[in-house]
Amino acid sequence: MTMQRREFLQAAAAAAGLGVLAGCATTAGGARGKVVVVGGGYGGATAAKYLRMWSGGSVEVTLIEPRESFVSCPMSNLVIGGSKTIADVTTPYDALASRWGVNLVRDTATGVDVDRRVVTTAGGRSFSYDRLVLSPGIEFMFGTIPSYRADAARAVEIAPHAWQAGPQTVLLRRQLEAMPDGGVYALSIPLAPYRCPPGPYERACQVAWYFKRQKPRSKVLILDANADVTSKKGLFTKAWNEEYKGIVEYRPNHALADVDLATRTLKFEFGDDVRANVINVVPPQRAGAIARTAGVVTANDRWCEVDFLTFESIRGKGVHVLGDSTQSASGMPKSGHMANNHAKVAAAAILNALAGKPANPAPVLTNNCYSFITDKEVVHVVSVHQYDAAKKSILPVPGSGGLSPAMSELEGRFAFAWAQNIWADALM
Amino acid sequence: MQAIMAIPVLALAATTAFAQAPDANQARDMAATCANCHGTNGVSRGGTDSLAGRSKDDTASKMRAFKAGTRPGTVMPQLAKGFTDAQIDAMAGWFASQPAK
Ligand SMILES: Cc1cc2nc3c(=O)[nH]c(=O)nc-3n(C[C@H](O)[C@H](O)[C@H](O)COP(=O)(O)OP(=O)(O)OC[C@H]3O[C@@H](n4cnc5c(N)ncnc54)[C@H](O)[C@@H]3O)c2cc1C
Ligand code: HEC
Repeated sequence: MTMQRREFLQAAAAAAGLGVLAGCATTAGGARGKVVVVGGGYGGATAAKYLRMWSGGSVEVTLIEPRESFVSCPMSNLVIGGSKTIADVTTPYDALASRWGVNLVRDTATGVDVDRRVVTTAGGRSFSYDRLVLSPGIEFMFGTIPSYRADAARAVEIAPHAWQAGPQTVLLRRQLEAMPDGGVYALSIPLAPYRCPPGPYERACQVAWYFKRQKPRSKVLILDANADVTSKKGLFTKAWNEEYKGIVEYRPNHALADVDLATRTLKFEFGDDVRANVINVVPPQRAGAIARTAGVVTANDRWCEVDFLTFESIRGKGVHVLGDSTQSASGMPKSGHMANNHAKVAAAAILNALAGKPANPAPVLTNNCYSFITDKEVVHVVSVHQYDAAKKSILPVPGSGGLSPAMSELEGRFAFAWAQNIWADALM
Repeated sequence: MQAIMAIPVLALAATTAFAQAPDANQARDMAATCANCHGTNGVSRGGTDSLAGRSKDDTASKMRAFKAGTRPGTVMPQLAKGFTDAQIDAMAGWFASQPAK
């Protein structure tokens, strides 16, 4: 393709994008200005798209994200179980630029000057903003594991967390493939709150699904720092007692004290050491590092408290924090679905603020987490959260929400539909 | 029983907020919570029904039936119980105003 032709196609795509945007211009409500979004995950990508869509293109949006494409944590446990590949959970970022006119910057934000309203990057660039959105996900607290302190990067090559999807997911899958039949896979779960409450139990099911078919003499050992299964307890326990009987063993109250990386042995505050063939250590987590840099980590030195009408930090003026980095409201899980909904409340509030209007006084959120028990059979937990003005929080509506009665293939089909729709909602 | 009693209180709180300080985009914002499963602006990418361009009555009556427990489903009966009738009408009206494709 010649240069001119490529440029022409890009211009055509951009024009088509403006066509999409012009259709929404009536809802823009006079918002003008510049928004910088840091992190193109579930929260940040959705915020970038909705800021452009809902402003009819009148607000300039820059998205800073170092990854080449979006790799989803939701559905990544199927890659670990072997029924999907990493390509199946990967979506390119291009449409955010070509269709929605987002300025994509492939870089890492390293500095935030909240007073001057400027973000700087590892690549040496700086971006000024009227409003800043931070959705950097999680950072691992490697310092809580003594043997990780010297070289955490090496430690996670031996004991993958696979709690940020990408190379770690593929590494854990390879370790499981290389494991001999009759081996043990041990999964260490940190104390709540952590990203995706049902995620570790879904992962145990997916590894058990693989073992049952390919390595039937092998075991899945779940070592949970929590006193009990933190999500969908009845449904997971049933799966371990029936579908995966003799494969999965669950041990509560197993807070990790240290890891002997040389012998792949997990050591606990209480309880016997566990030596295994594959050790999957999910360390405790806190808000992504850039939140600390921006000075918006306000709760327990871990999470960012926000005003739930706008998702603006209670400390950093003009800084909105989304997704896993936030101090969750009561009953609000750290999930991709939630991060997507946070993004929409924040986008609406930012556009109102840029137009000199107050925020919507009654924001609503939904959440749904599907968990795969087998490669096809799925269970859900769903909830609706409404703003409570007296408590200044977004709380689950009593009498709403709930769980699946049992796993089903029908919900498996809906889970794949959820993934296609939420990926497109954030990125296309 | 406890759960059943609690609905009217919160429902009332939500309606009051809705009535007190209207925001031109409140229906749009609420409808955006459905996009994760039904597609941006209610245009589904497949596997679920599109909501864009349906009559207000179709969406609202199905939501009310999910809420009342007279229409079966997996997530929708549990989800619909989280919205007041006024919110359901607002969202249904907004989806009706969206182009189907
Ligand atoms: C195994 C597993 C299964 C899961 N399953 C589900 C599920 O089924 N349903 C569900 O709803 N949720 C699920 N989750 C949870 C979901 O992945 C997270 O809640 C969601 O990703 C949070 O979104 P976020 O925007 O806060 O962070 P992320 O999606 O992690 O995005 C953060 C982004 O910020 C970027 N970033 C970080 N720092 C910087 C910086 N300084 N500069 C620029 N960019 C930066 C990162 O590269 C990343 O792309 C699962 C999680 C795991 C681990
Ligand atoms: C977690 C995914 C999910 C979310 C979020 C969701 N839906 Fe649904 N919706 C479904 C599924 C799945 C069905 C099929 C019925 C079922 O299994 O509950 C459905 C069915 C419906 C139907 C019936 C369609 C028909 O003609 O049969 C309507 C109307 C509907 N949803 C409206 C909504 C509205 C309005 C919202 C936002 C408040 C919403 N949905 C949010 C998953 C979702």
